[in-house]
Amino acid sequence: MTASDSRQAVLDPASYAPGTVLDRSGPLADGTVRLDEIVPARAPWSAVVGQGDVLTIVDVGGNQSADCLLYNAHDTAERYSVPDTIAWSGNVYVRTGTVLRSNEGNPLATVVANEIDRQDTIGGACGKESNTLRYGHHTMSEHGCRENFLAEAARYGMGARDIVSNLNWFMNVPVEADGTLGIVDGISGPGKRVAFRAEMDILVVVSNCPQVNNPCNDFNPTPLRMIVTAGPA
Amino acid sequence: MAAVASAHNTETVALARADARAQGGRIADAMPYLPASSTPYPPPGVEAATLTWAETVAGGNYTHQVVARGTRIRLADVTGDACAHVLLYNALEPWERLNVADTVKIGWQAYLTTGHPLLSGDGRVLATIVADDSGQHDALCGTSTAAANQAKFGDSAPHGPSPSGRELFTLAAAKHGLAKRDLPPSISFFKGVRAAEDGSLTFTGSAGPGRTVDLLAELPLIILIANVPHPVDPRPAYTCGPLRVHAWRSAPTEPGDSRLDASPEARRAYLNTAGYLAARGLS
Repeated sequence: MTASDSRQAVLDPASYAPGTVLDRSGPLADGTVRLDEIVPARAPWSAVVGQGDVLTIVDVGGNQSADCLLYNAHDTAERYSVPDTIAWSGNVYVRTGTVLRSNEGNPLATVVANEIDRQDTIGGACGKESNTLRYGHHTMSEHGCRENFLAEAARYGMGARDIVSNLNWFMNVPVEADGTLGIVDGISGPGKRVAFRAEMDILVVVSNCPQVNNPCNDFNPTPLRMIVTAGPA
Repeated sequence: MAAVASAHNTETVALARADARAQGGRIADAMPYLPASSTPYPPPGVEAATLTWAETVAGGNYTHQVVARGTRIRLADVTGDACAHVLLYNALEPWERLNVADTVKIGWQAYLTTGHPLLSGDGRVLATIVADDSGQHDALCGTSTAAANQAKFGDSAPHGPSPSGRELFTLAAAKHGLAKRDLPPSISFFKGVRAAEDGSLTFTGSAGPGRTVDLLAELPLIILIANVPHPVDPRPAYTCGPLRVHAWRSAPTEPGDSRLDASPEARRAYLNTAGYLAARGLS
């Protein structure tokens, strides 16, 4: 298969489970498109999004978890913080208006549009080692988000010390009254989107989740589309 | 008690030395007790000779220690106003550290209590919560930051009246060669938070004075503790009471222990931990 064939296969529903619908949709924000890329199933991705610009993430195939970390592009020791985001917002779910905060409490980005009821930020990322706990040692050969994060972070000189708990766009993790929580069937669908505006220059690192042992990808990893639109001049 | 120069006669080295040495042996409300067996607050039923760490940590302060595998660490909320923010690292490879998301997700439970393994991101157990008579703990909100404390109290500095947890963790971490990159989300003990169906948080506060929680070190650990108000504690004043820490030599969880029967996930986590130690020649 040539590189060109491979690119076409990424957006061919026949490459995925029977019945897969792919909807590339489009940006959730007006403005000049600065970047428009497809992230193949199971792959990592990253880009710097400038302050004021908006990143739209499209769940092309539906119920595909986009595991996501954010860093201050000029000082990556400042990075996305699950607990700071939760404590400042007073809510464990991420929705339109949620400010995505750093470990210093500063706004990294604000969710400006969201087409599903709620987004997850407590479920963390999968990985080879954690998969052995969750599903058994027979899963050790499978790729995971932690591996994607490590591979992509390495491109910026970062490593294990720089990987922290993350956002999971399009993943559904309810917390029940007694504290029971877990990843359940998704509430997204083909073409559903979320968009956030960078409040400072941010490095966005995404793992298009390879997990096939729970419903976070509907047991059918599919592509994502990443669109950066310029903010008001 | 504030130091006053007129109370000291320090004009020569000999006098200064005598003045410094005269200060030894004083007692403060918050201090380490050395040797640990000399603690004024020995944990009931624990043989004093087995104690390895005994300390009272003031509200708005921090402590840190490297502890051996098998160490049992008891945290006590003396007045009901302590809040122990905790970070754990594999002392052998400190980039292996507490992973809060894995801890709650793999445990299928957001609210920490007895029996919950505290996991690293490497599929192993750093420590197990082995006793808890509080039940008011939090794995969702982390600790406070400079930005949060400056907004809420007007100051966040470690030398000021309302230190933030992150700034104290930064100091504690630095004393083990660790930097800000090494500060992942933390957990906290003695102040509870609960999430409603819509995800909104309610601060459920303290279970009262004298409550304790015990952690069992399953690997050699660096432990960092910041004792600061919970980040969503609604009280307008910076309110944080003393935290008492005692640790003693105990037995880690081994394959065959009933803790492995708690869940299939816990079993595999303990087996991974045991496998790591065996490969390193540490078991």
